[in-house]
Amino acid sequence: MAEQKEIKFSEESLKVALSLMRRYPVGKQKSAMLPLLHLAQAEFDGWLSVPVMNYVASLLEIKPVEVYEVASFYSMFNLKPVGKCLLEVCHTSPCWLNGADELVQHLQKKLNIKVGETTADGMFSLKTVECLGSCGTAPMLQCGSKYYEKLTHDKMDELLDQFKQKGERPTYLDPLQ
Amino acid sequence: MARKILLVNDHIEGLANIDVYRRNGGYAAVEKALKTMTPDAVTEEVKKSGLRGRGGAGFPAGMKWSFLAKPPGVPRYLVCNADESEPGTFKDRYLMERNPHSLIEGMIVSSFALGARTSYIYIRGEYYYVLQILEKAIAEAYEVGLLGKNIMGTDFSLDLYVQPGGGAYICGEETGLIESLEGKRGNPRIKPPFPAVVGVWGCPTVVNNVETIAAVPHIVNMTGDEYAKIGIGRSTGTKLISASGHINKPGVYEIELGLPVEEFIYSDAYCGGISEGRSLKAVVAGGSSVPVLPAELILKTAAGEPRLMSYESLSDGGFATGTMLGSGGFIVYSETACMVRNLWNFSRFYHHESCGQCSPCREGTGWMEKILHNIESGHGKVTDLDLLVDICKKIEGNTICPLGDAAAWPVASHIRHFREEFEYHINNPEKVKDPRHCEKQPFVRKAQSNPA
Amino acid sequence: MFKVTIDGIETEVEPGTTILQAARKIGGEIVPPTMCYYSSLEGSGGYCRTCIVKVSAGSAKDPRPMPKPVASCRTPVQDGMVVQNITSPELLEARAGVVEFLLINHPLDCPVCDQAGECDLQNLGFAHGKEESRYDFPRRVFEKKDIGNKIQLHMTRCILCYRCVKVADQLTPGRVHGVMNRGDVAEISTYIEQAVDNDMSGNMIDVCPVGALTDKTFRFKSRVWFVNPTDAHRNCTKCSGNVVLWFHGTEIYRVSARKNEWNEVKEFICNDCRFENKKIENWVVEGPRKIERKSVISQNHYEQYNQLKAQIEKQRARLANGETPDIGDISLRT
Repeated sequence: MAEQKEIKFSEESLKVALSLMRRYPVGKQKSAMLPLLHLAQAEFDGWLSVPVMNYVASLLEIKPVEVYEVASFYSMFNLKPVGKCLLEVCHTSPCWLNGADELVQHLQKKLNIKVGETTADGMFSLKTVECLGSCGTAPMLQCGSKYYEKLTHDKMDELLDQFKQKGERPTYLDPLQ
Repeated sequence: MARKILLVNDHIEGLANIDVYRRNGGYAAVEKALKTMTPDAVTEEVKKSGLRGRGGAGFPAGMKWSFLAKPPGVPRYLVCNADESEPGTFKDRYLMERNPHSLIEGMIVSSFALGARTSYIYIRGEYYYVLQILEKAIAEAYEVGLLGKNIMGTDFSLDLYVQPGGGAYICGEETGLIESLEGKRGNPRIKPPFPAVVGVWGCPTVVNNVETIAAVPHIVNMTGDEYAKIGIGRSTGTKLISASGHINKPGVYEIELGLPVEEFIYSDAYCGGISEGRSLKAVVAGGSSVPVLPAELILKTAAGEPRLMSYESLSDGGFATGTMLGSGGFIVYSETACMVRNLWNFSRFYHHESCGQCSPCREGTGWMEKILHNIESGHGKVTDLDLLVDICKKIEGNTICPLGDAAAWPVASHIRHFREEFEYHINNPEKVKDPRHCEKQPFVRKAQSNPA
Repeated sequence: MFKVTIDGIETEVEPGTTILQAARKIGGEIVPPTMCYYSSLEGSGGYCRTCIVKVSAGSAKDPRPMPKPVASCRTPVQDGMVVQNITSPELLEARAGVVEFLLINHPLDCPVCDQAGECDLQNLGFAHGKEESRYDFPRRVFEKKDIGNKIQLHMTRCILCYRCVKVADQLTPGRVHGVMNRGDVAEISTYIEQAVDNDMSGNMIDVCPVGALTDKTFRFKSRVWFVNPTDAHRNCTKCSGNVVLWFHGTEIYRVSARKNEWNEVKEFICNDCRFENKKIENWVVEGPRKIERKSVISQNHYEQYNQLKAQIEKQRARLANGETPDIGDISLRT
């Protein structure tokens, strides 16, 4: 059996986590749950495993079940492993009007996966999401913290190539350009 | 009519930088309020301005502030609702991204008026990059002493923090937001008590939309009376409208309330007309939750008056022939849009976003989506339409929070105004198999009058 | 004291009393049904929407009606408030809607459900439901989760009343289960394989209004109307020790807490009493339990059976004495 990696924030992330927790009144540190879960998801391979959630619970000094309840409520937290690039395509009405369904079909064909699946090489996961507030620049998708808007199929192909070349996992914590 | 307030400096490069913002009159309201006004005087100006909540409900902001309980020794909180998630709405993102300091200035002035010493901006998690823009702007404000202890040398101190959500439409509901801010599931609370009495961590709390708060400094600068002169009737001031769908120029526009809808859709200053020269079929005027209106009713009221972009004019005729200004999420449908598929799309959204706490919404939203999916894919029954209308009635008004209503209104209104199209779907399953059938052969209603 | 009128009946209650509690004070048919509210669990209620009522006058000071039906369990009365429950046809229609919503995804597996006969949803459906379902989609299913050897979880039957979560929060040292996911796939779960096991966890069974949480030690042993409820107590260091023993013959099939006429437990009991003391010598039997609420259990209550038996004995004696049996004397009524 492979040795389990100890789940622990890097020193830098821990510092961020502790400062986030100080944003709330004494005893209300549970309020830092969502920021900490984002931090954890970004640091631990883009998803929240049980040990990761237990770690967040220990930092917040709450019961693990409180973290499970919250993490499973919000759509941004992945409770199962995902590919390096999680492509979240908006398919709500304004995006649909401007070709979101076709974009999803194009991606499914191009990546040879269905919505909800991950490519065999673990590079891409495809997900449809509800309105991301980018209706005026539809169709669009989110990957990491970035919005990619007014997507055509050609632009999408270019983007996929870029992601592949980079080969990194974009996260919500990526700094601004 | 092209009065601009919130976006008056939108053309200026680098406005997100505090120096640029200040050079262009930024933070003048903080100085004016903190140094020359009392908190109550600020509230009074907001009351006089007639400013109404820009998140969707349209409740007078000044009145909401005046409900805030002020028990001695208990902290009070101002929370900015930046959880913009209503389909068709992206104005807050635009404002925060381009002009973050206007929100921060609004937070300082509003917190001063409410007596809040710590305030939070709760932003939807998907807007993480906007959160970073806000964090940077907040850091700038701290650096120059506009946040923190003794702002501008006065005895007013304020800490301002941003918190991301985790992906849940329901957190746009103020008590769902408060629960989420406390690190819990975003289940709306049962009211009473209201947040003004028992809010974040049990303390009195005001929750206001981004656009509402960003308007406050302008009101302080120009006075409430002057602001109230802008707009029309009880729809005072300007409103940011997010325009999307089948139009030539989608985007965020600031309009003076009272602008004719027709001008907004067809003028080059705004939407620039329907894309590809097609004709207008329908509009959802205030975000997906408000009733849809067919072309003839969005351009003119049932009485034949021109429809205006205002709270009153858009709701003229009630739900029978009117709608709501809502969040200002203006989605335009041309003749090529299938209203059945649109409604299925909306109902899928509400099904996905129901928190699951109360039974009518939890069970009803899923039920409606399933029926609509059947109809859309050519497996509907004629009785389905009356069933849908009845389910709407059973949800509406019977849930903990307005999400139930928001899920029911589009269904009821789509069937009210586009029943023939639904019947066509049910009766012609072969013809509607292609999801793009409407593009190839637009559906024409018998009752359709000739819109302008 | 606040004066409140419910379905035309006036009563006076302390300020802060909810409409539901005021209705319960009046009693009878006008009391709204409840599925999630539980008076001994703080913060319960408001979710299921079955107890909604129409407020036709908010208060004497502001007699305007409230625009929407309100959850009576969470709405405090105001002085001079006028409330309509069974006298409002549209309210009853709205409640029928709520009942329909609660039932569309319910498996209706009463024939194999241990809760049948003491199920609030069954009673609610009987009182307010329709004969036919308008829902023709597959019903919701969940992955089965094992939460230990004492409590059986059947998520398909759950109506998400949150009572068991509140029990775990308010009575037990550490909650390990909760509500996961959201919307119509929200579920009661421990998320990870974990037993819900502590001194008071068994109370989750008693507070569950449906058959989502049942007693594993009683599973499939008997229909509840074939077991005889008997009040009993024992000296217990962990709880009051006041329980109901459910006898099958002389064997104790089940131990539960005592419930009042609203089907609510006032004195929660510990797991020792509930699961570990199934021998009659462990208990001081007080006597047969009268089930106060309308229940199939009281329909076949053995008190009546005993009465019947006594009557038959009496008539047999008359026959033996050569007298004519007095048929008119036999009554099934208590």
